[in-house]
Amino acid sequence: MNGAIRLHDLTLTHDRHPAVHHVSGSFAPGSLTGVVGPNGAGKSTLLRALAGLHPVASGRIEGAGPGQVALLPQGTTLDRSFPIACLDVVALGLWRSCGAFRPIGPANRARAEAALDAVGLRGFERRPVGSLSAGQFQRLLFARLMVQDAPILLLDEPFNAVDARTEADLLALVEAWHGAGRTVILVSHDLDLVRAHCPDTLLLARHVLAWGPTETVLHPGAMRRARLEAEAWTETAPPCRVAA
Amino acid sequence: MRRALAGCLALSIAGPPLGVFLVLRRMSLMSDVLQHGILPGLAIGAAFAGLSLWAMGLGGFVAGLLVALAAGALARATGGREDSQLAATYLVALALGVAIVSMTRAVDLTQLLFGSVLAVDDAALLLMAGVATVAVFGLAVIWRPLILESFDPEALRLAGGSGAAWHLGFLALVVLCVVGGFTALGTLMSVGLMMLPAIAARHWSRTLAGQVRASVALAILASVAGLLLSYDLDVPTGPAIVLTAGAIWLGSLAAGPQESLLRSWIRRPHLAG
Repeated sequence: MNGAIRLHDLTLTHDRHPAVHHVSGSFAPGSLTGVVGPNGAGKSTLLRALAGLHPVASGRIEGAGPGQVALLPQGTTLDRSFPIACLDVVALGLWRSCGAFRPIGPANRARAEAALDAVGLRGFERRPVGSLSAGQFQRLLFARLMVQDAPILLLDEPFNAVDARTEADLLALVEAWHGAGRTVILVSHDLDLVRAHCPDTLLLARHVLAWGPTETVLHPGAMRRARLEAEAWTETAPPCRVAA
Repeated sequence: MRRALAGCLALSIAGPPLGVFLVLRRMSLMSDVLQHGILPGLAIGAAFAGLSLWAMGLGGFVAGLLVALAAGALARATGGREDSQLAATYLVALALGVAIVSMTRAVDLTQLLFGSVLAVDDAALLLMAGVATVAVFGLAVIWRPLILESFDPEALRLAGGSGAAWHLGFLALVVLCVVGGFTALGTLMSVGLMMLPAIAARHWSRTLAGQVRASVALAILASVAGLLLSYDLDVPTGPAIVLTAGAIWLGSLAAGPQESLLRSWIRRPHLAG
């Protein structure tokens, strides 16, 4: 299971304004990296680009090929009134092994049930998603992530709006994935959580302010500088001249 | 009459499940666009080949697909203000269709727009049955990707699936069903048999499969009752069936087992857990 990602002078834009600006570096296979930075630092955009959902303006991404990456998007936009049962949502994560037409089969069904069990939703198989609380829904999405079985997992603020118990349970899953050798990239605003659980940290403010072992990256001055740099935005900014 | 009944029953099985997905995808307006969009195609088909069912059907199908594609492209190009573009598209299509029909005088406009039992000959019945068969099997084939694409389109893109292909396949089935219904129900009304039972089905079940089953059952009821009404009161079949389906929708909204007005008016004690 390879899970290395290398960024080469990567720039991502929204309407030509840079959201991630000339970023180079790499996520080692099997690493657990916290991505921190103020709002507008480009964290979500970076994850979406790694997942192939945001176009690359310049530079390139290596290693995050199709089928390698599973993404848990931020504050999910899914339609929670959709009449679908929990087990079916988890089973949709089997797309890569079952595709559009192949039968799901007893083995995969057992995997989906085991995943529900692992996130603490045993007995929820037939429950409609509309009846779940925000925390239970997040657990459900983690179950779907589990059956996707991807070597690289991208989590965008997965613990927003969940209670302490849910956060602890889901963090245990993240650490289990890390222990199993998967590459995990975790975007979070909770610096204490990143300090406690992520061996590596990327401090992003459109460009890389610091990237390395967490204890050397997260010091008090760093976040203040990050906020100032991430808020720079000029309507009439000229084209960027940084040599590639 | 018997042919019309058989044909409408076939469409009652095929159309409403597609309508359930249109409702879930918040694309109810799209069905309006498609039904108006096929009119110029039918008219052009009639202008070239006279009252040939197959020429008109093919013309309608092609026109419906073109309108669906154009509406989708317009919506993307204008950054999501889809409803106004769709409304503009179908107003133009309706006017164009009526203009072509009037110019060529190949078909009776009232019959084309609102349907007639007498228009259902053997060829029309074959068309309706064929369309229903393709639509039922087609929906069965795209069932899983369509659910994923409706519930979580990003997950489908992430897994390397092409959402646009499934979306287009789905729209093609919808167009097919609308075209299939034009002889008996008329182009303006054939969407009614697809959408009204689907909307009413929300009040009968909370699961997708349950809503699909409920929509088919309600559509069959509307077809039978509507055809009888049409025969007895001498009104065009399209409006008769759609009015019946409308009554079923109102009844479901008022007193169906799920999310109905009756449910919200009657105060029942809350549950223990």
